[in-house]
Amino acid sequence: MAELDFKELQELAAEILGVEPEQVQMNVSFQRDLAADSLDLVELIAAVEDKYDVELPEEQLEQMKNVGDLWQFLEAREAERTRA
Amino acid sequence: MGVAGEASRPAAATAPPPLEGRTALVTGGGKGIGRATAIALAEMGASVVVAYRSDSGAAEETAHQVGGSAVQCDVTYGEAVQAMVKAIGKVDVLVNNAGAVRDNLLLRMKEADWDYILQTDLTSAFHTTKAVMSGMLRARWGRIVNMTSVVGITGNPGQANYAAAKAGLIGFTKSIAKEIGSRSITCNAVAPGYVRTELTEASLTDEIVAELVKRTPLQREGSAEDVAAAVAFLCSPAAGFITGHVLVVDGGLSI
Repeated sequence: MAELDFKELQELAAEILGVEPEQVQMNVSFQRDLAADSLDLVELIAAVEDKYDVELPEEQLEQMKNVGDLWQFLEAREAERTRA
Repeated sequence: MGVAGEASRPAAATAPPPLEGRTALVTGGGKGIGRATAIALAEMGASVVVAYRSDSGAAEETAHQVGGSAVQCDVTYGEAVQAMVKAIGKVDVLVNNAGAVRDNLLLRMKEADWDYILQTDLTSAFHTTKAVMSGMLRARWGRIVNMTSVVGITGNPGQANYAAAKAGLIGFTKSIAKEIGSRSITCNAVAPGYVRTELTEASLTDEIVAELVKRTPLQREGSAEDVAAAVAFLCSPAAGFITGHVLVVDGGLSI
């Protein structure tokens, strides 16, 4: 599996949230900074699940406040896979 | 220059069909109200996919008539629905029309008949709507019409399962309308009164229909086409500001 590329996530999030890829930075809040509403977030999560072949558990969703939270989740999953 | 004038007239009058470039999925689309709906949507320019469970002959015939395609799918199975929608690619208009009846008075109604009707008439809409949702959200446009029934509003002896499922669809319709309205996706319900189709042929005898017509303000029997016209309107661009509505098509019987 190729290494995770933050640029790819930036592009995916930008497309779904209707923002510029540069706006999607680690410390940026989905709701506050990118004006994402609950539908935007479920759309983004669905797209992320598809693209990265992961499943975000319901309880993790609550904690996805910043782009960095999502990124860390993906990195952790990737690390698990590499170990496996 | 009469010729030029005449040649220019059709060009000026030819607005594109309202659903041109849109794909419509009609479940239970091979027969009855579904079939009439498939025809009405095709006349509006939509590419129509007719989903059916068992009667491939009817579905193929309808698909052929509307220049669309027929696809076998049991819409009570989420995975089958997901696969079907994936194969279609893009669904702009969804008509949740698949349905069944298993009538009996409650004391005689088996749990299996209750479950079967809830699955077929209500859970099916959950599966299909969920499957088309991300595409519609991305497209920022969509039309969902759920086929409910006046029985879901009024209740009917012998149809506790069917009426519960159809009433459930109304709550479902209104909730979805609120969830996705911000993306220009509308979700409405059409509630037919008594219409003679394969679904109702066992219960709607000539005598019963004659009695119903007598009590109907518009004094005639309703047809599948009457219902399809309401669905077609709700799917049209003209109905873009109508959502969460239950459009009763029963000649006034239930008022």
